[in-house]
Amino acid sequence: MNINTDRITRVHAAQLNLATSRGVARSGTRPAILARGRRDWRHVPWWLYALLLLGGLCMIVPFVWMLVTSIKPSAEIYTTAILPKHPTLANYANVLRKTSFPRWFMNSLITAGLTTLSVALFDSLSGFVLALYDFPGKRVIFVLILSTLMVPTEMLVLPWYLMSVQNHWVRGDVTSIGDYAAGYWAIMFPGLVTGFGVFLMRQFFEGVPRDLFEAARLDGVSEFGLFWRVGLPSVRPAIAALCIFTFLGNWNAFLWPLIVTNADALRTVPVGIGFFSSDVGSAYDLIMSAASLATLPVVIVFALFQGQIVRGIALTGLRG
Amino acid sequence: MLTLERRRWLWAYTFLAIPLLFFLTIRIWPAVQAFQLSLYDYDPLDETHKFRGFGNYADLLHDKVFWQSLRNTFLYVLYGVPTGLVVSLVVALGLKRINRFRGILRFLYFLPYVTALVAVSWVWRWLFQSNGLLNSVLHSLHLPAQGFLNSTSQSLPAVTAVTVWYGLGFQVIIFLAGLEAIPDVFYEAASLDGASPWRRFRSITLPLLNPTIVFLTVIGVIQSLQLFTQIRSLTTNGGPLGSTNSLVLYVYQLSFQTLPARMGYGAAITVVLFALILVITVFQLTVLTRRYEY
Repeated sequence: MNINTDRITRVHAAQLNLATSRGVARSGTRPAILARGRRDWRHVPWWLYALLLLGGLCMIVPFVWMLVTSIKPSAEIYTTAILPKHPTLANYANVLRKTSFPRWFMNSLITAGLTTLSVALFDSLSGFVLALYDFPGKRVIFVLILSTLMVPTEMLVLPWYLMSVQNHWVRGDVTSIGDYAAGYWAIMFPGLVTGFGVFLMRQFFEGVPRDLFEAARLDGVSEFGLFWRVGLPSVRPAIAALCIFTFLGNWNAFLWPLIVTNADALRTVPVGIGFFSSDVGSAYDLIMSAASLATLPVVIVFALFQGQIVRGIALTGLRG
Repeated sequence: MLTLERRRWLWAYTFLAIPLLFFLTIRIWPAVQAFQLSLYDYDPLDETHKFRGFGNYADLLHDKVFWQSLRNTFLYVLYGVPTGLVVSLVVALGLKRINRFRGILRFLYFLPYVTALVAVSWVWRWLFQSNGLLNSVLHSLHLPAQGFLNSTSQSLPAVTAVTVWYGLGFQVIIFLAGLEAIPDVFYEAASLDGASPWRRFRSITLPLLNPTIVFLTVIGVIQSLQLFTQIRSLTTNGGPLGSTNSLVLYVYQLSFQTLPARMGYGAAITVVLFALILVITVFQLTVLTRRYEY
């Protein structure tokens, strides 16, 4: 997700401008738009709803089948009945007993949460400085940060891995708090600041009038106060979008946590699920229970924040 | 005594210190190291790292697995990107047109995108099983059972289908944003002139959506070049017979599943990947920085 993102923002900044200019045009011609809306309503053919619903249902078939299989006893998993004859929660109990799922869940929560906090703070602070301060070397620093977007993560994982081994961040045995700290650090360190986020926040801070900050300075607000009390509140939607996607991206991340975690106790949910599923082979009742446990929390969060997430994507073109 | 200006400089440098240190040590220096690594035989368990110059790159030319992975990776791009674009554009046009239930329908299309790819890949593996749901449906329609992931010819399209399914919601949202940005007056004027819906689509929607299409194409291509998670979860290590192996999965196998580990060779492949992505990025820069006038 780190490669292409500056261009992404460029397109979306352009689209954003278009959207706003259109917003102005729209409010000017509101009655016409309303009339058009009504005309549309008469003309939407029923089959369009039917087709979209059919396609949408096809999209969620895998989730439905995942849940159905997860509550079937193993004797029934190869039947195609949608409702199991003897529904059971034994598979979930089994997964929770056989694996360290709660531990993986905590690991994911902690690493994704801390990474999100770090990104929110450092990306917005850097964006703030690059947008609102003039100082020698500013261009060079900005270009340097942008250039990191062109390097794919895949090229960096091998040096990161060697770096982690050399510094003893990769732990095979996890017995002490120190082992957890080292393991979490190893999972988190590559994502603690993101070039894309810095670029995004800079774009949004550039949209805030500089007079606002000059006025606050005259009122005696400190430089950090300018960022914390004046800057941050004025870019809240952008930070919310950045946080949601940083969290989702890290929650679902696979390649790097897979490489850098040796101990089961340090695995994140995706890595744990991957190993567990390979281990139990064809016990799909268990695998589907594990997949459900991994999927349901995200689906619930998404259902709650759907509007914000969708608006965030359209706003930033971010990939989770 | 510092002037006001200089004091502000100092604040700027203070605020930037940690992020800058991060980018230099975690993002830029490792990129240099990856190039360096690609010039050596490198196994972390072995202290002697033999310098090979461009030997790793020369070896690539004769490596059948590399060429197969490269070919597969291009096929993922070739099959997946156009399919995803067409399907998501159709869905977005449909969603734009309706004015009820838009939220719930959008939810259905978008749902896969927020879930963990590892988990849903295993769900698809289950659906694709020889005695799984898809073959049951085929059976009830009196159609012959298919091998899907077990067949060397169907496995790559099957992985592509999962990839398209997973990313569809993202593309739909971006297309919807692009469609919203096209002024209604164009369609109204075209309607007054008696343009047919197809004509309006071809002469207004498509040209004005061009930046969005280029944007989604470039992201799609770059992401397809980096496929790893779904292949590792859906298949047994890029099988059957390497028919789904990708560049990134091959790098993973070389570096973490081979003894002795061949990290230098793996690094050479990541440099090739970097070069491919760089070309696409430059292409995107030249195409996308053009201005579009409405």
